[in-house]
Amino acid sequence: MHELAVTQSLLQIALHHAKENGATRIKELNLVIGQLSSIVDDSIQFYWDMTAKGTIAEGAILNFRRIPATLRCNDCAHEFPMDQRDFICPACGSKRVGVAGGEEFFLESIDVDLASEKQET
Amino acid sequence: MSNNIPVVQNILSANDQIAQQNRQQFETAGLLALNLMASPGGGKTSVILKTVQALKDEFQIGVMDGDVVAIDLEELDKMGIPVSLINTGGNCHLDANMVHGALPTIPLNDLDLLIIENVGNLICPSAWDLGVHLNVVIASVPEGDDKPYKYPAMFKGADVLLLNKMDLQEYMGFKVDYFRHGVEVLNPGVEFFPVSCRTGDGFDAWLSWLRQKISERDRAG
Repeated sequence: MHELAVTQSLLQIALHHAKENGATRIKELNLVIGQLSSIVDDSIQFYWDMTAKGTIAEGAILNFRRIPATLRCNDCAHEFPMDQRDFICPACGSKRVGVAGGEEFFLESIDVDLASEKQET
Repeated sequence: MSNNIPVVQNILSANDQIAQQNRQQFETAGLLALNLMASPGGGKTSVILKTVQALKDEFQIGVMDGDVVAIDLEELDKMGIPVSLINTGGNCHLDANMVHGALPTIPLNDLDLLIIENVGNLICPSAWDLGVHLNVVIASVPEGDDKPYKYPAMFKGADVLLLNKMDLQEYMGFKVDYFRHGVEVLNPGVEFFPVSCRTGDGFDAWLSWLRQKISERDRAG
């Protein structure tokens, strides 16, 4: 369980970018999480709610875009999901395959209110 | 109406910055730093003891222990090896900051080799860069030959892989080819050493490879 450490890191990044852009409130965080990256459970929202309390990100929603782990065949270029039994190309039977995706682990963007908007309302 | 601010920053970038500081300190000290990862019971402690025993007269070695169960510190103490216990607070992994905090407890400048024993876990430690030169993963025969398929991230991030308890292979029906195929797909060309801490088989190859790596680091420093 390292959700707490992950949320602390997330908060630091989000607050930094919010401040740089003059945001007054962070409403959503858009995360891209590959299947091969650190396990991040949906329960992270719970830790986030604790970590972000008292900041401009309090109550923000975490959106996950999950990227499945995929393999690519070096012989026929077929791409297929990584399963947990064998790493063999289902199209041509080749064992010459490599990792094609699933290592993503980043904060893609944040949705915020900007200072100017706040004055309008 | 929301404004979308693009960020595109690694979620653990704060950890990676501290890892970079650790890396710098290891470079300055001219030592080789290893991050040892395995399941609980995979043989981290046995590999450390056997490795230290074999190399302690040639190199100055230090050990940092982040495992929740303190390894046999007395045995290392008897060998005159500086040892530091990292307080993980029950965490599932070491991060760069924990290691950074423990660096002052070890005489880095005197060392040729620093071994950091991570928490026994095949999932979480793989995500956290500690700033070491080499990530060493120890798998063991009784865990089963399907582990690279089940825990791909750990095997993908390894620089060197030890397969321990080879003396049990014939009893466990462990298929080395199947195991190695999974590893090769995830991590082509990774260094691989089948060993047995009990019989000592395979240790010569691992030790001579490690000697080579320490010497390269020494010359660089």
